[in-house]
Amino acid sequence: MTSAPRVAAPLPRRAGVGFKPEHFDAIMEERPDVGFFEIHAENFMGDGGPPHRRLEALRARYPLSLHGVGLSIGGPRPLDRAHLARLAALNQRYEPGLFSEHLAWSSHDVGFLDDLLPVPLTGETLALVCQHIEETQEAVGRRMLLENPSTYVRFADSDIPETEFLREVAKRTGCGLLLDVNNVEVQAGNHGFDPVAYLDAFPLELVGEIHLAGYAEARDDAGHELRIDAHDSPVRPRVWGLYRLVISRIGATPTLIEWDNDVPDWPTLFGEVHRADEAARAALRREMADVV
Amino acid sequence: MSFETTIADFAAALTDPFAPAPARTMGREGRPDARRFGVYRNNVAVGLIKSLEARYPVTRRLVGDDFFRGMAGAYVALNKPKSALLIVYAADFPDFVRGFEPARDLDYLPDVASLENAWVEAYHAAEAAPWPLAALAEIAPERLEALRFAIHPAARLARFETPAASIWSAHQGEGDPAPPERWGGEDVLLTRPHAEVLVRLLPDGGHDFFSSLRSGATLGEAAAPLIETGADPGAHLVGLIEAGAIAGLA
Repeated sequence: MTSAPRVAAPLPRRAGVGFKPEHFDAIMEERPDVGFFEIHAENFMGDGGPPHRRLEALRARYPLSLHGVGLSIGGPRPLDRAHLARLAALNQRYEPGLFSEHLAWSSHDVGFLDDLLPVPLTGETLALVCQHIEETQEAVGRRMLLENPSTYVRFADSDIPETEFLREVAKRTGCGLLLDVNNVEVQAGNHGFDPVAYLDAFPLELVGEIHLAGYAEARDDAGHELRIDAHDSPVRPRVWGLYRLVISRIGATPTLIEWDNDVPDWPTLFGEVHRADEAARAALRREMADVV
Repeated sequence: MSFETTIADFAAALTDPFAPAPARTMGREGRPDARRFGVYRNNVAVGLIKSLEARYPVTRRLVGDDFFRGMAGAYVALNKPKSALLIVYAADFPDFVRGFEPARDLDYLPDVASLENAWVEAYHAAEAAPWPLAALAEIAPERLEALRFAIHPAARLARFETPAASIWSAHQGEGDPAPPERWGGEDVLLTRPHAEVLVRLLPDGGHDFFSSLRSGATLGEAAAPLIETGADPGAHLVGLIEAGAIAGLA
């Protein structure tokens, strides 16, 4: 395939959105003013066909962020070398401005479990996660960003605070961090901590990208609120507040609107992207309303 | 407790719907919480069932959402993806459907599922330019018999005892289509010469003709059975080329 002309790879310090094929026609027709598109790497691991044709067309016009959801960096099993090779190939072909993965596991002896599962935070897992990130960065040939998790349970074994764990991983491996502000708010509710205190402790200077999404609500056995990282609805007001707080501290940053389930039509999604740009501008004008 | 054991226990409880939440996990009360752990178990099952729903939309329509969810859930419980490459997951679901007792009377159902799997394979197959008909015209007639062809990477061939392709085709639009008028077997060719997957029925003899060419037979060898029955191999070959099943000369 001939290489088409492309816009430059780096992500602008503004809002982008997760690419959904059902929006492709609207995007090509309207050429909306969106900072970048993010894709789940696993959806583009076929050999050819419409997914790659769409992605080539998208990449010609927009910077791209490559987001893996299946590498299982936080699991006890060795990383899947074939999967690393596929990630490397996508990086080479599409020249994304950023590449990110999760502090989570999803594969074990039974197979691939298709969810971002929680990792105990201990000295043992810290060493293993660092080893897996070094292996990933070497295989893919670039620095990656590691995303803070969204969890529903904690482990009795955990003895390192999450913010400290992430800071140490970044220090040892040279990776950057992807700060999912919705995940902070989800976990704050699920585990009963103050999200602002979490952000105070978070190594914000290492953040290369921000994620924003909506969550769903349920109850646990004890009757406590249980927040579920559903990516199925608009960003919550408190998450916007936390986002403005982060931007006021670190400046404008590539920011993704994630909406993966009950995906709305393009104008609605584009509206959320616009809100994120507006929120960042407001934060930088120091007009931050103290909603948190 | 070691990390290895913690994760092994977690994985085992995820895949056993009757297992309690793992002992080393906890909610805000500092003890295991079934509803919290249930979010993970539900995510795994629902996520994998959704990938079957996406791969087998007509199979799902034919049996209805509830029946399909039950059948897909039974498959998912027994078959986890081997890797994160979900676009190849559940390629063997048609075999599972064929052995699924509650669907035993629906003889067309595994055939339709098989067609849908072939469609997904053709959709994701490597790009290749289809061999143009004009290239055939440039070949000297005396050379034709010895030709061997390179098959297009997206081309898929299937033989069904039921009218699976007619059923599949009738369910591409809205509504509740009537069963096919002619209830018999169908030979099907799937191709993707450009962006779109094409599905077409092959005429009598077409299945074996393409199958021979795909196995590396010369045009003369593949054409011999057609000639015996009085069929025109040229028409069959032109049909394959027009469908985009041929990528070039081998």
